[in-house]
Amino acid sequence: MTEAIVSLRSVAKRYVRGKQSVEVLQGLDLDIATGEFVALMGPSGSGKTTLLNLIGGLDTPTSGEITVAGQRLDRLGSGALARWRSNHVGFVFQFYNLMPMLNAQRNVELPLLLTNLSGAKRKANALAALTLVGIADRAKHKPSELSGGQAQRVAIARALVADPTLLVCDEPTGDLDRKSADDVLHLLQVLNREHGKSIVMVTHDPKAAEFAGRQLHMDKGSLLEAGSSAA
Amino acid sequence: MKYFPFLWATLWRKKIRTLFTLLSIVVAFLLFGVLETVDYAFSHPSVGASGADLLITTNKFSITLPLPFSDAQQIRSVPGVTETTWISWFGGYYQESKNFVFAAPVDTDSYFNLHKGDFIVSDAEMRAYRDTRTGALVNVALMKKFGWTVGDKVPLHSTIWTQKKDGSLDWTFDIVGTFDAKDPIQASQQASTLFFHYELFDEGRSYSKGKVGWFEERVADPAQSAAIANRIDALFENSSDETKTQPAKDFMMAFMKQFGDIGFVLRAILGAVFFALLFLTGNTMMQSVRERVPELAVLKTLGFSDGSVLRLVIAESLLLCVTAALIGLALSYGALPILKQGLQGVELSPIALLPGIGVAVLLGVIVGLPPAVRAMRLNIIAALADKH
Repeated sequence: MTEAIVSLRSVAKRYVRGKQSVEVLQGLDLDIATGEFVALMGPSGSGKTTLLNLIGGLDTPTSGEITVAGQRLDRLGSGALARWRSNHVGFVFQFYNLMPMLNAQRNVELPLLLTNLSGAKRKANALAALTLVGIADRAKHKPSELSGGQAQRVAIARALVADPTLLVCDEPTGDLDRKSADDVLHLLQVLNREHGKSIVMVTHDPKAAEFAGRQLHMDKGSLLEAGSSAA
Repeated sequence: MKYFPFLWATLWRKKIRTLFTLLSIVVAFLLFGVLETVDYAFSHPSVGASGADLLITTNKFSITLPLPFSDAQQIRSVPGVTETTWISWFGGYYQESKNFVFAAPVDTDSYFNLHKGDFIVSDAEMRAYRDTRTGALVNVALMKKFGWTVGDKVPLHSTIWTQKKDGSLDWTFDIVGTFDAKDPIQASQQASTLFFHYELFDEGRSYSKGKVGWFEERVADPAQSAAIANRIDALFENSSDETKTQPAKDFMMAFMKQFGDIGFVLRAILGAVFFALLFLTGNTMMQSVRERVPELAVLKTLGFSDGSVLRLVIAESLLLCVTAALIGLALSYGALPILKQGLQGVELSPIALLPGIGVAVLLGVIVGLPPAVRAMRLNIIAALADKH
């Protein structure tokens, strides 16, 4: 069996809101193999975004073990987690979250500011990432000058530019029309199949989930079942 | 440097707001530059290249109180004093009070002997001055300012001295020659000077005859200045007119303090300006960071640490404050020639502008720190959820 890029053991996450304690994830076990494309589905409040945040190193569990790309995330402090994220994970958000005052190329360069690459090398890498997602001709355009589909491609280029092992996507097509959504999903599929990127994607959309190699369903903080997609 | 394009773009996210904030800081630093330069000039008076061996003797209790002319003989006898002269404050202006003229009644022989080599004046004009009782030697800059020519008869109004003959405050002089100072600092300080005969002044005034405003002494060895000053003051220790002898530079500072504590007034104005600026710029920075909470959360998501985000916000604040301050200080530097016209006799130095850069850095850090700490403490999950 292929080595697991994501491994969760007895992971629980509890939030305290006022006097109430809300258990969002309960004793969760999960393995995702390197090179897998997994869709996380479930109703609102089922805990899928919380699980995604834990896998992406944005949050830490209340209990349990999380190992991603060979690193125990539950043992890292915020500074070490930040460094780990910059090296191993690329994030794609529903609303793209691009910097409105920067053009596409500058947006894609952002993660590279944390490296020691020269300005010319950063620019070259950003253009290569934009070329990979098919939007190099929009490199000098600001987010306000791009369509939703184009903006999401820029966001994917930003997620890819530091060559992470894992892509974490939170409703990447939630703000797009069907055609743009399919284009973005095809792109993710290409990145998974041809470039070996492991992808974990949260989605409400069953059609989007079909692009993944495996679908995981969650409800009330637990994984219900696992199934393979035909895509 | 690699963050500069990012910081610059972030700064201009809201162009109008940034522009107005920038302009406020520019104006504040223009004011800072002008007032600091004036303050520096008043607190660091320059006596020029020939001032190091010059002592000034005034009344111990106030420079506005006169001393007896007869003290000159005793001062001359002090070992180490090579020349002594005397002078009085005339307080003159030409036609209107804004046209200040430093009309200086001087003893021709001793004054020009003590200041030998300080002035450029032709032999013919000096001869004409010596030969004309009502004659005046006028600085070339002053001649130009009022359009005077040699041969003109010019009336000056004294704010202090009435004439014995008719009680009038108006004194008339015949311009017999011009002079300029060799030393550039002196040239600037002497730009409003008109010399006339002490004899005319002393005989013409209706009171205080035989009194002088202050004495000037040239000493042979500047290293002995302090000892000589003590010896001079010791001469008059038990007289009714005790003296205070000090280096010319200290005298100028004391003279300027007559106008009040200029430094305190200027610092009070600047304090009020910067206090207001602190709130204005601080509010702009807070608002700017508040609007960018999701963007800052994205930066953290991408791997920027809490410390990096803190530094980025402070750097943005510094960029705004230091850029605006440099523009403001450059404008005040450009305004120095205009200031010099308004403050004749006061030497303005661009050195006074240097602390402005330090103030700008301090301002940038102070106004940037609260929003930077807020950005540093930002919880990624909560901040991203806020956007959604």
